[in-house]
Amino acid sequence: MLILFMLIAISLIVALVFLVLFIINVRSGQYDDMYTPSVRILFDSHLNNSDDNGNEKHSNEIK
Amino acid sequence: MEMKNTLMRSSDSGTGSGAGLSNLGGSPPLEKFFYDNKIVRDFGIASVSWGIISLLVGVLIAVQLFMPEANLGLPFTTFGRLRALHTNGAIFAFVGNLMFMGVYYSLQRLCKTRMYSDKLSRIHFWGWQLIIASAVLTLPFGFTTSKEYAELEWPIDIMIALIWVVFAINFFGTLLTRRTKHLYVAIWFYVATIVTVAVLHIVNSMEIPVSFLKSYSMYAGVQDALVQWWYGHNAVAFFLTTPFLGLMYYFLPKAANRPVFSYRLSIIHFWSLIFLYIWAGPHHLLYTALPDWAQSLGTTFSIMLIAPSWGGMINGLLTLRGAWDQVRTNPVLKFMVVSITCYGMATFEGPMHSLKFVNALSHYTDWIPAHVHIGTLGWNGFMSFAILYWLIPRIYNTKLHSTKLANLHFWIGTLGMVFWTVSMYISGIMQGLMLQDFTADGILKYGNFLETTTQVLPMYMLRALGGLLYLSGMVIMAYNLFKTVKSGVLIANEADEAPARTKDYSEEKHLTGYLRHRIIERKPMLLLVVAALTILIGGIVEFIPVFTIQSNIPTIASVKPYTPLELEGRNIYMREGCYNCHSQMIRPFRSETERYGEYSKAGEFVYDHPFLWGSKRTGPDLQRIGGKYPNAWHYRHMFNPRLTSPGSIMPNYKWLSTNDLDISDTRASITAMRRLGVPYPAGYEDRALEDLKQQAVAISDNLKKDNIKVADTKEIVALIAYLQRMGTDIKGNKTDNK
Repeated sequence: MLILFMLIAISLIVALVFLVLFIINVRSGQYDDMYTPSVRILFDSHLNNSDDNGNEKHSNEIK
Repeated sequence: MEMKNTLMRSSDSGTGSGAGLSNLGGSPPLEKFFYDNKIVRDFGIASVSWGIISLLVGVLIAVQLFMPEANLGLPFTTFGRLRALHTNGAIFAFVGNLMFMGVYYSLQRLCKTRMYSDKLSRIHFWGWQLIIASAVLTLPFGFTTSKEYAELEWPIDIMIALIWVVFAINFFGTLLTRRTKHLYVAIWFYVATIVTVAVLHIVNSMEIPVSFLKSYSMYAGVQDALVQWWYGHNAVAFFLTTPFLGLMYYFLPKAANRPVFSYRLSIIHFWSLIFLYIWAGPHHLLYTALPDWAQSLGTTFSIMLIAPSWGGMINGLLTLRGAWDQVRTNPVLKFMVVSITCYGMATFEGPMHSLKFVNALSHYTDWIPAHVHIGTLGWNGFMSFAILYWLIPRIYNTKLHSTKLANLHFWIGTLGMVFWTVSMYISGIMQGLMLQDFTADGILKYGNFLETTTQVLPMYMLRALGGLLYLSGMVIMAYNLFKTVKSGVLIANEADEAPARTKDYSEEKHLTGYLRHRIIERKPMLLLVVAALTILIGGIVEFIPVFTIQSNIPTIASVKPYTPLELEGRNIYMREGCYNCHSQMIRPFRSETERYGEYSKAGEFVYDHPFLWGSKRTGPDLQRIGGKYPNAWHYRHMFNPRLTSPGSIMPNYKWLSTNDLDISDTRASITAMRRLGVPYPAGYEDRALEDLKQQAVAISDNLKKDNIKVADTKEIVALIAYLQRMGTDIKGNKTDNK
C-alpha cells in the first residue's frame, strides 16, 4: 500500500504550496484590508456606463 | 459616475500599505484597455449546447433503467456506455465550459486587464471542445479506462493535461499583468482549482498504453481504487466546488448589488476548505478492502469539511440580507438562492454519508446519485443558469428577452430536481433496507436481488420525469438566451481604464520586501510555479510505477493472474460498462455474505488493472459470480436477461454472441500486464493465443451440451470465461452459495 503514503505525500505537497502562498499573502498585506475589496468589485467601470439593467446605450464598442 | 470612479481609485490605493502616500501628488495616469468578451460568449454557447446534449443522454439512460429496450438494441446507446458520456458531458462540458466562461469574465474585471493572451484563450477554447468531441466519439464505442469521471483514454488524457497547462499559463499570465494589487477571493478559488486539478488528473491517469485507444491503469486493485477515489472526490471538490464558490463570490454580489456578507469569512473558509478537501476521498471506500485507518482518515476529514463548506453557504445566503425582496422578482437571485441552498444540503449530506453506519446503508444505492444530483443539478446547474441570465444580456448590451420565461425555467427546473432527488432518496433507502432485511428465521427476506429492483421501478420512472422537466427548463433557457442575443450586439471588446499597478512598496520596504516582490511577483514567479509543477509531475511519473508495482505482491497464494481469454473477457466487461451497475466488492456484513458469498479481500485484486469495484448496485454484486451458474445460464442471461430472470431491467447483450472477439491486442496486453508486475512467465505472450483458443473451445463445447451453438471465437465466450473466473481464487476457503 505504498501508494497510500505517496498520495499523502502528494497531498501534503499541494497543501504546503498553498500554505506558502497563504503566508506570502498575509505578509505582503493582501489581507490587511478585510472590507473594501468586497465593495470595490461592485463598481463597474465608468466607461461601461450601463446601469444595472444594462439598457443604457454606450459607445465603448471598438471595431 | 464620477463619484464611483473616485471611490474606486481611492479604495484601490488604500489596499497596499503606504501606497496612498505616493498618490498624494495626484492620481496616476489611467490606462485604457479592452476586455475580451468574445471568449466569454463562446464558452457560454459551448456550455449551454453541451449541457443540453449531456442532459438528453441522461434522460435517455434514465428511461432505460425501467425500460431496457430504450437502448434501441444498439451497443452505442446502451446505459453501460452512455453513462460515462452523461457524467463527463455534465461535468466537463456543461459545468466545465461554464466555469471557463465565468472565470474569463470575472478574472479580467477583477484584475482590470485583458486576458494575458488572446491566442491562448482561443487554443484553450477549441482544445477543450476537441476534448469533449473526442469523448463523444470514443465513449459510446466502448473506449474507456473504466475509472469514473476519468473514463477518457490515454491520448485524450494527454490532451486534457496540455490544454489545462494552456489555461494555467493564460490565467497566471493575467494575474501577473494585472492592474489591481489585491487578489479578490474569487481568484483564490480559481488558483486552487487550476493547481489541484492538474495534480489530480496526472496522478489518476497514470496508465500504460496497449494500443491507440486502449490502456491499463498503472495501479492495481486496492491501490487503484484509492487513487481513483482520491481523484474522484477531489474532482468534485476542485472542479465542481471551488471554481463555483469563486464564481459565487463574484456573481452573487454583482447580481444583488451588495458586498459579500463577510469578506473575512470568505478568506477563512477558502483556506480551510482547500486544506481539508484533499483527504476526504477514502469515504467512497468505506467497508471495502481498503485499510481501516485510511477509511477513518477519510471519514474524519469529511466531517471536518462541514465547517468550511457551510462557511461558504452562510456567507452566500447572508449576502442577500436586506435584499430578499429582490429574490421575489429577480430570477437570477432565485436561481442563486436555490443553488446555494443545495450546496448547503449536499455538503451536509456528504459528511453524513461518510459516517460508517450511514454509509453501510447508503453506499451502492440510489441515495448516492440523489446526493450527487443535488450538487450538480442544484448547486452547479442553478448557479450556471443564474450566471448565464445575468451575464449574457450584459455582454450583448441588452436586456434579458423574457423574465417570465426565466421564472418558468426556475420553477420547472426546481420541480424537476425535486422529482429527481426525492424519488431517488425513497428508492435508495427502501432498496438499501430491503437488501439488509432478514426474516425471524435468519434468512434473507428478499433473497433474490431482483425482488428489490422491481419494487423501486416506479421511482425510476419519476426520476426520468424529473430529468425531463429539468432538461425542458434548459431548453427554455436556451431559447430565451437566443432571443436575448438576437436583440443586442456583442461588445466583443469592452473598454475600461485603470491606473497601472503601483510598484511603490519596493522603494519603501526593506530589502526582503523588495526581493520578495522581485522574485514572487514578476515573471520569475511564473517560472517558479511552472518549474515546481514540472518537477512534481516528473517526480510522480518516475516514482509511482516503481513503488506501486513493487508493492503489488500477492498476499494470497491462491490468487493467480487472469488467463488470456479471461483478460479479453474483462476488457469486454469494461467496454460494456458492466461496472456501472454491478459492484465487485462484497462488504463484511452478514446481509452481504449471505447473499453474495465470502467478503472481498485486498489480496484478491492484486492483478486487477484497473480495479472494477464499481460504486453502484443497480444489479447484484458479481465478485463471487464465478461457478455460481452454468455457462449456459450466462449465455442465455446475456442474450436476454429476462429469459433467466423475469422482470430484470438489464439490457440484452445480443451482439456479444455475434461479434468476433478481437484478439489483435492480446499479445500486447500480456506484455503490458507483465510490465505492470503481473507474473506471466517470460515469453508467455507467444503462447497466449493458443491458451486462449483452448479455453474458448472448452467453453464452446460445454455450451453445446446445453444445445447452445456458439463459435469459440465469439465475444460472449470470453465474457463467460471472465465471469466464471471471478472471485473463485479463494473460493475453496468458504462457499455458501445456495
